[in-house]
Amino acid sequence: MIPIASATDSGCTDAPVLRERGQREVFCGLTGIVWLHRKMQDAFFLVVGSRTCAHLLQSAAGVMIFAEPRFATAIIDDRDLAGLADANDELDRVVTRLLERRPDIKLLFLVGSCPSEVIKLDLQRAAQRLGQRFLPRVRVLSYSGSGIETTFTQGEDACLAALVPTLPATAQPGLLVVGALADVVEAQFKRLFSGLGIGPVQFLPARQLADLPAVGPQTRYLLAQPFLADTARALEERGACRIAAPFPLGVEGTTAWLRAAATAYGVNEARLQQVTGPAVDRARQALAPHRARLAGKRIFFFPDSQLELPLARFVARELGMQLTEVGMPFLHRQHMAEELALLPAGTRLSEGQDVERQLDRCRADAPDLVVCGLGLANPLEAEGLTTKWSIELVFSPIHGYEQAADLAALFARPLHRRQLLAAA
Amino acid sequence: MQLTLWTYEGPPHVGAMRVATAMRGVHYLLHAPQGDTYADLLFTMIERLPRRPPVTYTTFQARDLGADTAGLFQQAARDAYARFQPQALLVGASCTAELIQDDPGGLAQALDLPVPVIPLELPAYQRKENYGASETFYQLVRALARRPAEGAPRRGCNLLGPTALGFRHRDDVQEITGLLLQLGIAVNVVAPLEASPADLARLGEAAFNVVLYPEVAQQAAGWLQRQFGQPFTRTIPIGAKATQAFVAEVAALAGVPVPPALQARASRAPWYSQSVDATYLTGKRVFIFGDATHAVAAARVAAEELGFAVVGLGTYSREFARDVREAAAHHGVAPLITDDYLEVEAAVAALQPDLVLGTQMERHIAKRLGIPCAVISAPVHVQDFPARHSPQMGYEGANVLFDTWVHPLMMGLEEHLLGMFRGDFEFHEDAPASHLGHASASMAVPEPEPQPDLPEDLPTMAATWAPEAERELHRVPFFVRGKARRNTERFAVERGVMTITVETLYEAKAHFSR
Repeated sequence: MIPIASATDSGCTDAPVLRERGQREVFCGLTGIVWLHRKMQDAFFLVVGSRTCAHLLQSAAGVMIFAEPRFATAIIDDRDLAGLADANDELDRVVTRLLERRPDIKLLFLVGSCPSEVIKLDLQRAAQRLGQRFLPRVRVLSYSGSGIETTFTQGEDACLAALVPTLPATAQPGLLVVGALADVVEAQFKRLFSGLGIGPVQFLPARQLADLPAVGPQTRYLLAQPFLADTARALEERGACRIAAPFPLGVEGTTAWLRAAATAYGVNEARLQQVTGPAVDRARQALAPHRARLAGKRIFFFPDSQLELPLARFVARELGMQLTEVGMPFLHRQHMAEELALLPAGTRLSEGQDVERQLDRCRADAPDLVVCGLGLANPLEAEGLTTKWSIELVFSPIHGYEQAADLAALFARPLHRRQLLAAA
Repeated sequence: MQLTLWTYEGPPHVGAMRVATAMRGVHYLLHAPQGDTYADLLFTMIERLPRRPPVTYTTFQARDLGADTAGLFQQAARDAYARFQPQALLVGASCTAELIQDDPGGLAQALDLPVPVIPLELPAYQRKENYGASETFYQLVRALARRPAEGAPRRGCNLLGPTALGFRHRDDVQEITGLLLQLGIAVNVVAPLEASPADLARLGEAAFNVVLYPEVAQQAAGWLQRQFGQPFTRTIPIGAKATQAFVAEVAALAGVPVPPALQARASRAPWYSQSVDATYLTGKRVFIFGDATHAVAAARVAAEELGFAVVGLGTYSREFARDVREAAAHHGVAPLITDDYLEVEAAVAALQPDLVLGTQMERHIAKRLGIPCAVISAPVHVQDFPARHSPQMGYEGANVLFDTWVHPLMMGLEEHLLGMFRGDFEFHEDAPASHLGHASASMAVPEPEPQPDLPEDLPTMAATWAPEAERELHRVPFFVRGKARRNTERFAVERGVMTITVETLYEAKAHFSR
């Protein structure tokens, strides 16, 4: 592990975690399609599911911005369930029609859902069968985004994990950055790594199928997102080796993340300071006004995207906010070890959810700011609490130095707004 | 399996949520996996409700499937009852829970809760949202409405059908309540919106029922008629004329006279429509798609109150397809009964209407094709919950329709100016109507490519344009040029004309202007 925390304070490394079971107010893994289809520009996501799945995607995507989005649902109907139609034949028919209509598609994901899992429709075999038929024009893969197995951002994990076995092999050393990032963030990181003399650097997922990175025993990888447990495992099966680090959120997180890579590549601290210095100064300056507004404010995180721990670390350490509760869908102790060590000792951590009980705790805490999903935000606002929609933290570019202040602004704006309205 | 990009209706349990969320004192226990809670945001974000829908999701996971999902359901039922103390509990399953066959109704009955427990059987792989809303309301009414005492006086009427997430339901209720008040007819119960189980118990005390939204309330109203002998209204008061007919219908049911204020022109819309500025609306070609009730009403208003030409009429509500077929026959167009958004888009692209009246889906279609559009029906969008009072029903509703349908069109004078100054060097076809802004410029110009999989009854062989005819075509104002091109080509193909000349262009114009 890279020594980042002061030796005397192990933060929340051994802190107890409140584990809850009950109603979960979180999206399922299908929701990841909303950003994955923008990131992977020649991929199409075909959910094999119910009308509920289609309705979820449409509601989560908000508005129909795209005439023909690169995702769709093959809705299972009564005939499929009653065995009147062979579900596999039906799926082949739907896929054939789809690929005829969309010659631009190079990569097709068959995405499993709760109903397809429960009726045990084997999408992996279906993908192999269809892959044989449509190769080389289209590669067909499958993963599950079902709510019985995945929460929200785990959909990206499942998707990337499905990609890993198809990545070309290499014996060459290289650095792989894993997790969908905004293009602008990718470009910034590329410049920083190149300044550090670390390379070649590749990103997973890539924008085009043809640009997918190669992987092998000389590959070292950095996770850019904190929800990629299966992808990490799949990469390790290909021989790749993880560079343990906190996540690149905020100035401190980004520096620690880059330092982990620098250490692994034998780049010295002076070079790191020199390369990151200007961006660090800029980011600190940009953060200062937000810190003035947010320091001392109490914040409560409902579980949502799995970004909660790194975000909590950022708002606590760089913005001076006080953590009341940090909820997360699940805790991956290994990937979160560095983050836990940085969290202020005594922070109340919770894993899983019983939303009613968590709401009780939240009301009792009466925090200044609540980070929660869209189903809870307006009702909590109506109760007088100030909220930040967690989904915006997933859809906005928040990683890296140049976005640190944007990230802080996402927390500051709801409070500022409430102040403005109260003052009028 | 059906390939779906966008859906007009959600699954049936979302319909049930619309009823439960509209009501007070009801809780809905939904056997569902993690993720189905997304439906909450429809209510809290789109409708901006300041409270959570009264729904508890059991949130089972893969590891529960081999174990005891039934036990999980019963625990959730006990917890939900203890926490929310509802006057009635709805129980049901979402699509995934339907597959694991836990029998929520039986499980909940076994708990012996001290309130009515109403099981909902909503087949998620056959039916959709409106069916779910209708069935849920019907089951609630069946379970809770009390038979009125023999010979007890019947007073006023009930307003049936408004739900949460309904298209302007909130405002329609206010409008129609006011109208009934002017007639001296008391409103006994409005349901499901804001009604409690105790209110539903009193439904039988009214003399008759007003069915505002047949998609939700017709089934329940039919039951009330059979059981309690309450007649229900058939007129949907959308548009000035239909409102007048509605007033007559309810006055007759209540046995009251229609006051003069409601007999005369109580809406501004008919006068505006008659005023000379509206002349240019004559024969505007309008395409209509929505739920059956709103689509049929819109077609009537468009044809009879605004003098538009209905060129397309359709619905996604298969349950009410017959009504739409009848209306389409009346307007002399082929009905479009589909829930495939791409089919609707193809129809709009083929028809090139001057105005689209549709749902949020058609708004997007129209935007892409550069055609003005107004929204008349669910599925809804946050814009469909305006801060102001904006009903679709009643006399004020007629005014709202006039404004919202006419404003997306070019102003009358503006259209004349475009015609007069076409070809002016500063006034080219790329200049869109001022109120449509820059965005429409790029969209208005290219004609939509005919899609290969369109149902096309014409031979594929197309006539070619002679250069001088092509030039003449470009002198036709751009907003009718697409239509002119299509009509001329159709005319040429039908007559086997291989080269379109200026003559062909004007012959076609004469032929189609009839």
